[in-house]
Amino acid sequence: MPSPDSSFLGIHGTALALREQRLQLLAGNIANADTPGFKAQDLDFRSALNAALNPVAPGDAIDNAVAAARYAPAASQASLDGNTVDGERAKASFAQASLEYRASLSFVEAKVRGMLTAITGQ
Amino acid sequence: MSTLPIFDVAGSAMNAQSVRLSTVASNLANADSVSGDPNAVYQPKHPLFTTQAVAGDPALSGVRVTEVVDSTAAPLKRYEPGHPLADADGYVYAPDIDPVAQMVDLISASRSYQANVEVFNTAKELATATLNMGK
Repeated sequence: MPSPDSSFLGIHGTALALREQRLQLLAGNIANADTPGFKAQDLDFRSALNAALNPVAPGDAIDNAVAAARYAPAASQASLDGNTVDGERAKASFAQASLEYRASLSFVEAKVRGMLTAITGQ
Repeated sequence: MSTLPIFDVAGSAMNAQSVRLSTVASNLANADSVSGDPNAVYQPKHPLFTTQAVAGDPALSGVRVTEVVDSTAAPLKRYEPGHPLADADGYVYAPDIDPVAQMVDLISASRSYQANVEVFNTAKELATATLNMGK
């Protein structure tokens, strides 16, 4: 049963929350680029969005979706200390994810502006 | 749970890289600190990084410096009988520090620090844009 606010924002409210979760994972990759044994993490956005929009288990739909869609991408080049973060790829992914966050944000903002226009009539 | 944990992630990494920069500075500064006693020679320092969950969430990986370890490499023995610090046999002992390796470590640490500053700034811009929604 969708709540009133989620039907108002449509898919974009959920997408924005998931984009933020992905940004956090990617920030963790950049932060741990020099930590021995650290395994890079990423979020499969498509399956996360599907899971968040069609929750099966009780609890927070976003948290459950993120936990299910998290995966560890393989390193393109093996590192001696067991770290699987690719420095440049991690930065590129983060830049892309922040752009996607902005895109989702602009969709949400358009909805909010539309609602404000309807309320104030100007 | 912290409201904006991404700042804690980037902040912990900047803190760790800052410790790494400090140890490199310390090692380079003491590269020529000789001693007449092989046990009293400066020992090169090296930080150990480990992943630390931020705000109790194992998916949020920050960085923590568990400890700064001293190198166990034997000091370099040099025969300099005229040196004021030389021991009875005329030897002085210098720490085994490779300035080139230290410079490489310095550049690596500073690049990593910069990358995390970029993450921090991007997160700040996105958070500000979100807070200003509808204005």
